[in-house]
Amino acid sequence: MAGAARGTLTMRRRREILLGAAILVFLALLPLGVGNVYLRGLIVLTLLYAGLAQAWNILGGYCGQISLGHALYFGIGAYTSTLLLTRLGVSPLFGMFAGGVLSGGAAFLVGLPCFRLSGHYYVIATLVIGMMVALLAANWDFINAAQGITIPFHQESWTDLAFRTAILPFHYVMLAYAALIWLIAWLIEGSRWGFFWRAVKDDVAAARSLGISIYPSKLAAAAISGAATGIGGVLYAHYIGFIDPDSTLDLSLSVLIALPAVVGGIGTLWGPLLGAAVLIPVQQLSVAWLGSAAGGIDLMVYGALIMALALARPEGLVSFFQGRAREEAADHG
Amino acid sequence: MSATLIAQVAIGGLLMGLVYAVVAAGLSLIFGLMDVVNFAHGALLMVAMYATLLIHRATGIDPLLQLPLVAALLFGAGVAIYRGLIARTLSVRVNAGMVQIFVTFGLSIFLVGAAEFLFGSDFQSINTSLLGGHSLAFGAIVLPLPLVASGIVALFVFLGLALLSRTEFGQALEATREDHEAVALIGIDRDRVFGIGWGIGTASVGIAGVMLANFYYIAPDVGTNFALIAYVTVALGGFGSIFGALVAGLMIGLVEALTALFIDPALKQIGIFMIYLAVLMIRPRGLFGQI
Amino acid sequence: MAEPLLAIRGISKSFGSVAANVDISFEVAPGEILGLIGPNGAGKSSLFNIIAGSIVPDRGEILFAGRRISGIGAVACARLGIGRTFQVVRSFDSMTVLENVMVGAFLHARRSAAAMRAAGEVIAFCGLAGRQDVPAHRLSPPDKRRLEIARALATRPRLLLLDEMLTGLTPTEAREGMQLVRDLRAQGITIIMVEHVMEVLLPLIDRAIVLDLGRKLLEGRPAEIVRHPDVIRAYLGDRYVA
Repeated sequence: MAGAARGTLTMRRRREILLGAAILVFLALLPLGVGNVYLRGLIVLTLLYAGLAQAWNILGGYCGQISLGHALYFGIGAYTSTLLLTRLGVSPLFGMFAGGVLSGGAAFLVGLPCFRLSGHYYVIATLVIGMMVALLAANWDFINAAQGITIPFHQESWTDLAFRTAILPFHYVMLAYAALIWLIAWLIEGSRWGFFWRAVKDDVAAARSLGISIYPSKLAAAAISGAATGIGGVLYAHYIGFIDPDSTLDLSLSVLIALPAVVGGIGTLWGPLLGAAVLIPVQQLSVAWLGSAAGGIDLMVYGALIMALALARPEGLVSFFQGRAREEAADHG
Repeated sequence: MSATLIAQVAIGGLLMGLVYAVVAAGLSLIFGLMDVVNFAHGALLMVAMYATLLIHRATGIDPLLQLPLVAALLFGAGVAIYRGLIARTLSVRVNAGMVQIFVTFGLSIFLVGAAEFLFGSDFQSINTSLLGGHSLAFGAIVLPLPLVASGIVALFVFLGLALLSRTEFGQALEATREDHEAVALIGIDRDRVFGIGWGIGTASVGIAGVMLANFYYIAPDVGTNFALIAYVTVALGGFGSIFGALVAGLMIGLVEALTALFIDPALKQIGIFMIYLAVLMIRPRGLFGQI
Repeated sequence: MAEPLLAIRGISKSFGSVAANVDISFEVAPGEILGLIGPNGAGKSSLFNIIAGSIVPDRGEILFAGRRISGIGAVACARLGIGRTFQVVRSFDSMTVLENVMVGAFLHARRSAAAMRAAGEVIAFCGLAGRQDVPAHRLSPPDKRRLEIARALATRPRLLLLDEMLTGLTPTEAREGMQLVRDLRAQGITIIMVEHVMEVLLPLIDRAIVLDLGRKLLEGRPAEIVRHPDVIRAYLGDRYVA
C-alpha cells in the first residue's frame, strides 16, 4: 500500500519533469518558426515574466506570503550588475551571481521585521519598503538618480551579454532563466522545505504542532525567492540596456511580477508560466494595437482581464488542465 | 528658520493630514467590516476629482457646493463595486484573500486606463472656485483657504462617522463586522450592510476628492500617491480603526511636512515610511488595531 | 507508578480575570491512556494547550521525560516527542492525505523518499490506505480526524494529545476511533485524551483527571470516577445525585 502511494506522487513528479523537458524543447525551437521580430521580442518578455512570476511564487505561492515589494529585489539585481559592468567592467556572468546574492540577502533582511507582521500588515509593509527604496534610488546621485543608467554597446560578447540585435540570443538567455527557476520550484515541491512552506501557508498552528519553525521557514523562502527575482532583474537590465528607478523598482512592477502567478495559479508549478503566457502577450499586444491610437485602452483591457480571470478562475488557469481541480470546482459550484 | 515658518508648515501638514485621514477612514471602514483591502481606493479618489472637474466645467457649480452630489455619486459607485465584484469574491472558496487583492488591483488599472482614455494624461486643475486663490492669515501664519476648508470638511466627515455608530445602521454594521455569519440569525441582511459599508467608505474618499480638486492637480494617476499614503495610514492606525485612521493621518501629515521642511521635499515620504515602520516594529497591529 | 513520562506541577493560567487553570498537578505514566474530562469551561482546552506548548502557563512547571518543557513553545515540544490533534480539525487543505502526513514525517526524514515511506506506513496504520491521494479537504469528518492522528504519528511522538477526537462521531465511527487509540497504545505511545462527553471515554482510559471550573476535582480509575458524587454533580447537576 505504501508502494502505491509512492507510485502516484513519484509518477506525478516524473510526468512533470518530462512535460517540462518537452516544453523546454518546444520553446528552444520556437524562434525557428517565428520570424517576426516583434513576436520574438514578445516571447522573450513572456519568458522573463514566467521566470519572475515563478520566483515570486516560491514565497507568495508555496509559503503563502503575499509580497507586493518584489520589484525591490528585481531592481537590486538590475542595478548591481549594471553598475558592476559600467563602472568596473565586471562581466554580467559574475553580476548575475552578485545580483542574486544581494537581492536574496535583501529579501532576507526585509523578512526579518516583516515576518513578524501578519496578513494585510505584511502586504502593506512589503509595498512600503519597496516604494521607499524606489524613492531613495530616484534621489541617489551615485546611481544617476531618476535619470537612470544606459549600458553602452561596444561589441558582440556573450560574457558581457551584449548583442547588436539582442532578441535571439536573449531568447535562449531568458529561456534558461525561466527553466532554471521552474526547476528550482520543482525541486522545492519535492523537498522537505517545500513541504514545510506549504504547511506554513495552509495552517500555521498545525505546522507548529509538527515541529516546523515558522519564522525561519518564511525567511528561507524569501531569500530564495528574492535571489531568483534578482537574477531576472540582471537579465532584464542587459537585455534592455537601460535601467531607471521607474522601470526596475516601481510598485507597478511588483504587481506585474505577482500577477502571472496569481492568474495562472498560485502555489502551482505551471501557474506562473501559464499566467505569463496569457497576460504578457495580452498586455503587450493591447499596447501595440491600441496604445498609440487611444491611450488608456490598453490599461482598460488589462485591468478588465485581471478582474475577469481572478473572478472566473480563483484557483488559476491551471485548473483548466487539472481533472482533479475541475472536480473540486464542480463540488464547490 | 523662524518659529513662524515651522508653525505654518506644521499646521499645513496637520490640515493635509486630515485629508489623508479621510481617505484612510474609507479604506479602514471597508476593511474593518469585511477584511478586504481595496486596492482601487486611490483610483476612486481620482474618479471623484475628475467628476468634480467635469461638473464644474459643464455647469459651473463650485466644487464646494458639489460635495453632496459627488459624495452621492461615489456612494453609488461603492455599492456597485460591492455588488458587481466584491460580493462575487466572497463565495470564492480558494485563495479568497488573493482574489480580492487582485480584483481591486484590476479595477484600479481599469479606472486609471479609462481616465487616460477619456481625459488624456495631462495635468488639469480647477482655476476658478470660491475657495481658490484665497488664504487666511492668523497673525504671521498664512494658510491657503482651500486647505483650511478641507481640514474642516474632514473633521465633519469624522463627526459623521462617529455619529454613524449610534444609528441603527451603525449597530448593524458593528454586529456584522463582529460576526459575519451570526448576523443573519438576528435578521440583518449581511449583503445589504456590506454594500452600504462600501458606499460609505467610497463616499468618504469622494469627499476627500472634491476638496482636493479645489487645490490639487488632477491626472489619471493622482490617486496612486494618496492611496499609498492611505495604506500606510491604515496600517499605522490599525486596520479597522476609524479613530486610528484620524490619529495616524494627522501624524503622517505632520511628519511629511516637517521632513519636507527640514530634510528635502523630494524625500518627504521617506519620513512617513520611517515612522510607519518604526511603529510597526513596536506595535505589529498599528496604534489602535485589534484585528 | 513507574517513572512518569509527564509531570504537571502546580500549573495555573488566567486569561484576563478568568482563571482557566488553578494549581493543577498530576503525573502520566509511560504507556498510559489518560482521560482529561470535565464539563465545558472546566479548563481542559487551556491545560491541553499548555502541555502542547502553545500556551505559556502563569505558574508551575511541566516535565516531559525529566525535562522542563513549560514555556519552550509548541515547535520545541513537537520536536521532543509530543504530538497533538486539534479540537477543530486543521488539515493542510492544499495537499493530499499523503502529503499532509509527509509533512509530519519530515520532522525526522531528510529525504522525500524516506518521508514518503514513513508516511505510507502511518497512513495504513490509521486506516486511510485507500485515500492517500485524496485532497485533504475532501475527506469526511472522521477521516479528517484520522488524518490528524496520522500526521502527528508521523513525527514519532512518545506522547500523543488527542483533543475531542470522538466528539461528533456516530457510535460506529467512535468505536473505530477507540480501536485506533488502543492500537496506538499497543505501539507504546502514551496518550492523553480530552473529551467533555464522559461516557465514550470511560471504557477506553486507564485513569481520568476530572477538571471543574479550572481546578482538579478528582483523579482516579474510570470505575471510581463514575461513582463519585462530585463528578455526577459537576456533570449532570444535583438531580442525578442519589
